[in-house]
Amino acid sequence: MSDAPLIEVKDLGVRLNTSHGPAQAVRGVSFALRRGETLGLVGESGCGKSVTALALMGLLPDSAVISGSIRLDGAELVGLPDTAYCRLRGNRISMIFQEPMTALNPMHTIGHQVAEPLLRHTGVSAAEARHEAIALLDRVGLPDAAKRVDAYPHQFSGGQRQRITIAMALACQPDVLIADEPTTALDVTIQGQILDLIASLVEERGMSMILISHDLGVIAENVERMMVMYGGTVVESGETNAVFTRMGHPYTQGLFRARPRLGARKGTRLKTIAGTVPELADLPAGCTFADRCTIAEARCRAALPAVVDVGAAHGVRCIRTDVSMDAGGVGA
Amino acid sequence: MTMPDQPSPATPLLAVTDLAQRYTLPRESLFKPAAQVHALNGVTAQVMPGRSLGVVGESGSGKSTFARLVMALERPSSGQVSLLGRDLNRMPPDELRRARRDFQMVFQDPYGSLDPRQTIARIVAEPLTALGRMDRVTLRERVATVLRQVGLRDADMDKFPHEFSGGQRQRIAIARALITQPKLIVADEPVSALDVSVQAQVLNLMQDLQDEFGLSYILISHDLAVVDLLCDEIAVMYLGRIVEQGRPADLFAHSAHPYTRALLDAVPRARAGGVRRRRGAQAIGSQASAAAGCPYAPRCPLADQHCRETAPALRNVGDAHLAACHHAEAVMALPPVVAEAG
Repeated sequence: MSDAPLIEVKDLGVRLNTSHGPAQAVRGVSFALRRGETLGLVGESGCGKSVTALALMGLLPDSAVISGSIRLDGAELVGLPDTAYCRLRGNRISMIFQEPMTALNPMHTIGHQVAEPLLRHTGVSAAEARHEAIALLDRVGLPDAAKRVDAYPHQFSGGQRQRITIAMALACQPDVLIADEPTTALDVTIQGQILDLIASLVEERGMSMILISHDLGVIAENVERMMVMYGGTVVESGETNAVFTRMGHPYTQGLFRARPRLGARKGTRLKTIAGTVPELADLPAGCTFADRCTIAEARCRAALPAVVDVGAAHGVRCIRTDVSMDAGGVGA
Repeated sequence: MTMPDQPSPATPLLAVTDLAQRYTLPRESLFKPAAQVHALNGVTAQVMPGRSLGVVGESGSGKSTFARLVMALERPSSGQVSLLGRDLNRMPPDELRRARRDFQMVFQDPYGSLDPRQTIARIVAEPLTALGRMDRVTLRERVATVLRQVGLRDADMDKFPHEFSGGQRQRIAIARALITQPKLIVADEPVSALDVSVQAQVLNLMQDLQDEFGLSYILISHDLAVVDLLCDEIAVMYLGRIVEQGRPADLFAHSAHPYTRALLDAVPRARAGGVRRRRGAQAIGSQASAAAGCPYAPRCPLADQHCRETAPALRNVGDAHLAACHHAEAVMALPPVVAEAG
C-alpha cells in the first residue's frame, strides 16, 4: 500500500439548479483515500451523499457548478471533458447503484451488460469479453453463470440482480468503487451476503471503496472511516470506531437515538429529531442543523461552524462539542 | 411485557384459520399442467382487540399475500379469514363493502399510494364516501379531525400530495386509514421508505394512535426492531408458513427456529468494533416445489436426515411460543444472538 492517496477530494462544492432556484447541494467536502481503504457516507435523503458520489463519477447534469478539486492518482477530474471521463468511468472508477431493477437495462441480456465495460475499455474480443463476463458472474456468486449469461434481468431475483450490477462495476478492476446504498432494496439476510461479497472483493483486488448508506449499522460493520453528512456539509468524520464510541455532533447523536433497536420493548418512545431536513435551496446561514438542534445558541446561527478536532482525527463541525460530548455522551 | 394486559373479550378481532393461497404460473408446455406457486401454506393466527401482530420474513415469504388476504383483496385458495366472528369471504359483496370500515390498510410507498391529482381532502375522505353519502360540511370536519390526529393541519386539506415530504405523506396515508374509525389497520412496511428520523416520528404516531383508539395493527416488516417496538406478538414467516410465533421478548431472547436466529444475526449492529461478521453463503429456497421435509432444511446449519424427510409441525415450545422445528429445544438452548447495546 503506497502512501500517496489514490483519490483526494479537496473542498468539493456542488451547486445545482433546481426548480426552487440554485441550491448548494454540497459544501466543503474533503477526504483522501489510499488504495484498499474504505470510507462510509451516512445521512438522510437530501443531505448530499449521492450528489457527492455523482460528482466523483462525473455524472452530474451539465448545469451543475462544481468547485474544489477531485484528484485521482494526482490527475484532476473537475472540469475534465466528457470524452476523457468516459474513459475513466466503469474503468478506474465505478459505481454500484441502489436499485438493481433500474440500473440494469431490461432489453439486454446480463452477459451483454457485464461485457460492455470490457469491450469499451479493454479492447478484448467479443468472445473473450463473454468468457470474462461468465467468470465475473461466477465470482459474484450467481448460480449457473455459464447457463444464465444469456438471460434477461427480469429472470433474476433482487439479490441476484444486485450481484449482476456488482459484476458490471467490477468488470474492469476499478481502483475506486462507489457503492450507493447497495443493499437498501434487499432483505437483511441478502444484505449480509452482498456486503460480505463487496468486502471480500475490495480486499481481494485492493480497491478503495466509498460506501453510502443511511443505515448506521451497515456503516459500523463495513468501513474503517466514516463521514456524517447533513445539509450538504460533513458534520462529523473520523474512524468508525471512534465515532461510534463517542458521537460528537448533535445530528449524529440524534440519528443514533432515533433508530428503533432490538430489545426495546413495546411502549418505548423513540427519540425523534424535531423538524425536517432543510431545503438545499434555502439553507440557513449558520450551522445547517441549528433549527433542529436542542443545544443551538445565537452564535450557531451566525456562521457555519468550523470543524473541531476532538481527538485522533475525529472531527466535529459543531461549536458546542463541550456540551454535546459531555455527560457520558452518546455511543455504543 | 411492560404493557398491562388489556381486558380482552373472548372473541378475537381477527381469526385466520389454515389460510392457503396458490397462484398459477403461466403454462410452459402444452402437455404439462401449469406450475403453481404456494404463496401461503396453512397459516393460522389470531389478533385480540387492541393487540398487535407483527409479521416478519424475507421477500417471498408470503407476508404481503397474508396482508392482501386479511384485507379481503383476494380470495384464498382455502382457509378462512374472520373479522369479529364473520367470515369475510362468505359475505355478500355489499356487506363486505360495509364491513371494510373496520379494517383499513396503509401501504409501503407513500409516493405511489396517494393519487397525485387529488387533494388531500379527497384522498383522506375517500373511504368514507365509499361507504355512503355524506354532506360536504360533515365530511370536511371529519377530514380536519383526522388530519389533526396524525399531526397535520386543517390547512393541508386543499393541498396536493407533491407538496408534502415522505413522512407527511405517510401521515396522510394513516389519516386515510383512520377516518372510518377502524378496529384493525394492516400496515405493509409502513416506514421502510422513510428516513431514520422521520421513521421514528411515524412509529411514535402509530403508538399514540393505538393508545388513543385501542386499534390493532398487523404490521408487516422486514425490520425486526420495528415489529419489536409496536407488536405484542410476532409471527416469523418462511416460504408461506409461520415457522415461529410468540411474544417479542421470548422470540428474541430464546429463538426456537434457526431461521429467526439467522434473521436476528443478519441485522447490522450500530456500535463500535463492528468487525465484519461473515455469514456463510446460503442457498435460496424456492416456492414452486412443494418438496417433502422442512422447507428451511437446505439453509439450516442444524438440518439432519429427519429434517429432510419429515416436515415439522408448528408446536408449543413454551408459554404462548410456537415453533416449527424438530430441533427447537436445541436451538433455544443456544446462547441468545447478542442484543444491541445502548
